[in-house]
Amino acid sequence: MPLLEIEDLKTYFYGDDTVVKAVDGITYDIEEGETVALVGESGCGKSVSSLSILGLIPSPPGRIVDGEVRFRGTDLLQLSASEMRRYRSRRIAMVFQEPMSSLNPVINIETQLTEGMMTQLGLTKRQASDRALELLETVGISDPERRLKQFPHEFSGGMRQRVMIAIALSCEPDLIIADEPTTSLDVTIQAQILDLMQTLTRERGMALLLITHNLGVVARYVERINIMYAGRIIEHGSSTDIFEKPSHPYTVGLLNSIPRIDRDTRSSLDPIPGQPPDLSRLPIGCHFAERCRNVIDRCENEYPHTVVVEPSHSSACWAAVSVFSDYAAQPSHA
Amino acid sequence: MLDSRSQNTIADEHGGGDQTVLIDIEDLSVEFPVGSGALFSRNRAVVHAVDDVSLTIYKGECLGLVGESGSGKTTLGRAILRLQKATRGRVRYEGEAMDEMGGRDLRNLRRKMQIIFQDPYSSLDPRMSAGAIIGEGMSIHKLAPDRATYSRRVAELLEMVGLNAEMARRFPHEFSGGQRQRIGIARALAVEPDFIVCDEPVSALDVSIQAQILSLLTNLQFELGLTYLFVAHDLSVVRHISDRVAVMYLGRIVEVAPSADLYRNPLHPYTYALISGIPVPDPRIEAQRERVVLGGEPANPADPPTGCHFHPRCPFATEQCVVEKPELREIDSSRLVSCHRAEELTLEGV
Repeated sequence: MPLLEIEDLKTYFYGDDTVVKAVDGITYDIEEGETVALVGESGCGKSVSSLSILGLIPSPPGRIVDGEVRFRGTDLLQLSASEMRRYRSRRIAMVFQEPMSSLNPVINIETQLTEGMMTQLGLTKRQASDRALELLETVGISDPERRLKQFPHEFSGGMRQRVMIAIALSCEPDLIIADEPTTSLDVTIQAQILDLMQTLTRERGMALLLITHNLGVVARYVERINIMYAGRIIEHGSSTDIFEKPSHPYTVGLLNSIPRIDRDTRSSLDPIPGQPPDLSRLPIGCHFAERCRNVIDRCENEYPHTVVVEPSHSSACWAAVSVFSDYAAQPSHA
Repeated sequence: MLDSRSQNTIADEHGGGDQTVLIDIEDLSVEFPVGSGALFSRNRAVVHAVDDVSLTIYKGECLGLVGESGSGKTTLGRAILRLQKATRGRVRYEGEAMDEMGGRDLRNLRRKMQIIFQDPYSSLDPRMSAGAIIGEGMSIHKLAPDRATYSRRVAELLEMVGLNAEMARRFPHEFSGGQRQRIGIARALAVEPDFIVCDEPVSALDVSIQAQILSLLTNLQFELGLTYLFVAHDLSVVRHISDRVAVMYLGRIVEVAPSADLYRNPLHPYTYALISGIPVPDPRIEAQRERVVLGGEPANPADPPTGCHFHPRCPFATEQCVVEKPELREIDSSRLVSCHRAEELTLEGV
């Protein structure tokens, strides 16, 4: 049984006379100890879907209207608020994008680190402080005794993100959800943080769900990838599948949009025209049809079924197989 | 230091644009006082945001300026435009020293030099229509003799950046981030500049929109014969648009090279670390890449390390690096680097 199974999850936001379908029926799973990525651009619903897992959707206006989120078989969506609290940080911990705003500025690091361990693991203050010290060392913060007494503003962005990781690890969860953990950090610090997360989760056998807009990051760290577009997962496959045999025109477009550091042709970028659709006025057919170069009549009238391209590689595109051959035919990707 | 004559030949050989120098930056420093209460004390602490920088920008080229946050790259860009007063040093535009200019001359020059900002949300006045934002510079510099020319020109500019002429009447909140950045570009182009500082113009945008804006900037450069200083923290973005690249660390330029050379064969350990920190979106290539993950964080610019600013994080640092500041020196005809050990190190690029 997978560690986490998400099935047909739908999270909508209700306005005065509009319904924003932020997450519109997504299905994926994560095995024990596995690193999986959820990739998409802003507004595609990737963060909303991860907040839905932990029951953190502000309601109103948001509401999970359908679907199941099973953690080792238990549907988290059916839990009461107090039962859910026991899963948060104890079973599933989260690392947010903004280390600045996710730490409390008026409480010292020690208190923020020990709080979870005392309530979730029942440690005494002394035990929790000892572990906090170890944790800071583990995440590579030097002089931990002094640092524990400091406040968030005394840490740089990279160091704050290390503190966030220490907090996430503190209750030994089975799954860490990292929502754009390095987006606000400098390039050299990004590499440090991602390497750290990879090493620590591997050592402890924790699963990692990496939510990002950066396909490049994903190539180095994850085993499987889910690509999201306008509220739905449009392609799923192993890292090699996605990069070598992309089977959805959006994935191909994303790959062609990434400026690659190992290519120097000035004209090699091939942007996707247009913009993502308005989530409150989604088309009946394929959400990507309007921007797609491979569009056929059927795309505009009927949302594509998921096509299994290969075992463990699927695409929600009526032309899935031919998209792949088009991509391979481009000399720059040969 | 190179004289400008030998630098001219460099650009020529590498096709890095025209051989004429457009902007010549000489020993430019920008310092900011820090610490409150120190206002009237004699020994005020200062941050050397830009520390004795010399750099040449050739006509028609795109020079990439790369560095992490706090490296001084934005301050340098602003100091070139005189949006930020320099503490020392000078900037020459087509041979004329800008610090000696004033009044009308400076105003004329300002028309030739424009800037595109990073944040398309805060850089457009929410109470002005797109047309008014684009047209404001034309009115100030009296570039449109009558109302009809003005409107026609605004429409042209909107279309030039890939928007519709009818959008002139809309307000910033009605546009997406990518569209706003297009308005920012149209505003810069409205006064027919020769030189544009692009200050992180795509870092606030999504990948697919980023690619659209990069392509637009490249096309406009060729069509209009523009010269760019492209300031960014993302080395892969810079590679796609620049002819030459300058790398900054804590206020100093550490390496300057033609784009292809810099990426294939970096000479400064910091450049090497920056390149190796950026993932290649291809799992097979990634698995084979040699990588160096830098320890530590960029130092505090108010209290920079002695000698080479990079020495506390550099895996190759020696005793000399701790005490002696490396000068930016010529390695071959087209490349400058400030590293004591540049000749003996072999650093692998991508």
